[in-house]
Amino acid sequence: MRFAYDTSYSDAQQLLRYRSQWICYGALAIALIVAPWLLPAYYVGELSYLFIVSIASLALMVLTGFTGQVSLGHAAFMAIGAYTHTLLLDQGIGFIPSILGAATLTGFVGFIIGLPAIRVSGLYLAMVTLAYAMLTEQIIGRWKDVTGGFTGIPVSPPSLFGYDLSSLKGFYFLCLVILVAVLLGLINLMRGRTGRAFIGVRDSEAAAATLGIWVGGYKVLAFVISAFVTGIAGALLAHHLQFLTPDGFSVMLSMELVLMVVIGGLGSLRGAIFGAILIGMLPTLISKIKPLLPTSISSQFGLETFVFGLILALFVMFEPNGLNGRWLKLKILFENFPLYRRNTFRRGKTYMHSERYR
Amino acid sequence: MSYFSVDSVSLSFGGVRAIRDLSFDVAQGEVFAIIGPNGAGKTSVFNVITRVFNASSGRISFDGKDITHVPRHRIVDYGIARTFQNIELFEGAAVIDNLLLGRHRFPYGNLISEICWLPNIRRAEAESRARVEDIIDFLELAPYRNSLVSALPYGVRKVVELARALATQPKLLLLDEPASGLNPEEARDLAFWIDDIRSDLGVTVIMIEHDMSLVSQAADRVMCMNAGQVLAIGAVDEVQSNPTVISAYLGT
Repeated sequence: MRFAYDTSYSDAQQLLRYRSQWICYGALAIALIVAPWLLPAYYVGELSYLFIVSIASLALMVLTGFTGQVSLGHAAFMAIGAYTHTLLLDQGIGFIPSILGAATLTGFVGFIIGLPAIRVSGLYLAMVTLAYAMLTEQIIGRWKDVTGGFTGIPVSPPSLFGYDLSSLKGFYFLCLVILVAVLLGLINLMRGRTGRAFIGVRDSEAAAATLGIWVGGYKVLAFVISAFVTGIAGALLAHHLQFLTPDGFSVMLSMELVLMVVIGGLGSLRGAIFGAILIGMLPTLISKIKPLLPTSISSQFGLETFVFGLILALFVMFEPNGLNGRWLKLKILFENFPLYRRNTFRRGKTYMHSERYR
Repeated sequence: MSYFSVDSVSLSFGGVRAIRDLSFDVAQGEVFAIIGPNGAGKTSVFNVITRVFNASSGRISFDGKDITHVPRHRIVDYGIARTFQNIELFEGAAVIDNLLLGRHRFPYGNLISEICWLPNIRRAEAESRARVEDIIDFLELAPYRNSLVSALPYGVRKVVELARALATQPKLLLLDEPASGLNPEEARDLAFWIDDIRSDLGVTVIMIEHDMSLVSQAADRVMCMNAGQVLAIGAVDEVQSNPTVISAYLGT
């Protein structure tokens, strides 16, 4: 059994509070550092891809999981980040200014897309963002002089302070470092005043306003932060793809990101990463399993989409809190072993919630 | 001029006149109760004060300042906090986070220092936590500190909502039916707390309440409303024995 035993108010602010946590996260860090030397080259590339989608998934989690705003347009933010970064690199701008420029521009677009969110929410906001994603895909496809249209443009390899990072290992560590930086930044933001305000806006706009939270402002801020981080992920994805076409940023990618945050567990950054790992690895897993299946099934078109849908349906039915919810249950089980109450996580009664005014 | 005053405020939605030419004053340090039948416009008065609705006419002033046209999210900066009739807590968050949200209006670092969790943020968080712990002690919420609101029983949620309002360090507290759904024991605790909030924290309280025993225990003065208008204002027993109040609301 473990008890929270704080001796000062700053104790609660420690990210790693127990020795077991230091050991677990230390082991994870060492494993991630040595992985490129132990794993076959293909998997190193796959891991880099997982890091990139984790960044995008974290970004969407801030918007959907913490602020309660659904976006089906995050592929478009990734596209804007990817293209801007590529075009800036072609202008001879260094890697860091270029990726920050791409993220800033994406953040600005996020600001504009976020403005309707002040008035529109739920399903209607999903429609607005979906329309925006489709528009962006088309604009990129038609604006041939700049984006190369549907034929696409090549991406210059990443290099930092004169070091070429286009090798598998170099790119792996680039993605890992950026993922860790983004994760730490978002952890801090979400446990601080801004993250609490996001949760307030999500759970009760009426109460949030009486506490001095500027609801509209925070909704737009969530869009800006989310778009900024998605822009970073997009810029990295450009290097991973090495060649950009608009088809790479279709609505399917947006859907996958939404799947990641829902399956990972809304309202948890850890869940965003779990979801990204599961959904990001799924195509590879399916291709591994395919040869084992009877040909009548494995030759079916759309097997991947079917599995995505099936997983989502199962999670919504049996584990609405997602992978993170399952993780917390396991953790409590081990911490309190052998004392475990099955009802600890039973959903409590929800009392009448006033929707008369927002 | 009095501490808090509502001066001939009206509120109408099209043809429906929710509040008609309503005026009342509340003195500093007073506990003022509003009673009346359902649909009398009691909650609408709170919603006009906290700027959920724009008053159609009239003027509201508090502590020498006109607050009739303040933006909704600024009202808390004037020292006005409220609770809701149907609990409006942040259900997906722990009790402690709900209370820390009450500290939103106090100074904090900028976004960049928050992302980097710089020392000024650490200090602000520790300070907020200390203030919130005082309120947890005051309202005896310690056992529920880290529970999710969605796992709490109704009576505790009511207290958490009161605690969250207190976390904003208000000068004027608006309580919308604080005792509804509480058992007699919890309602008695509440009466003592309201008294402490007034005398120890120096907060002026306006509450909407149907429980006449709580009203007579806690309130200094009562206003009875009906159909958006004042029926009677005065000391509790005066209003209770007023014939129009008895016929419109209390019954015999």
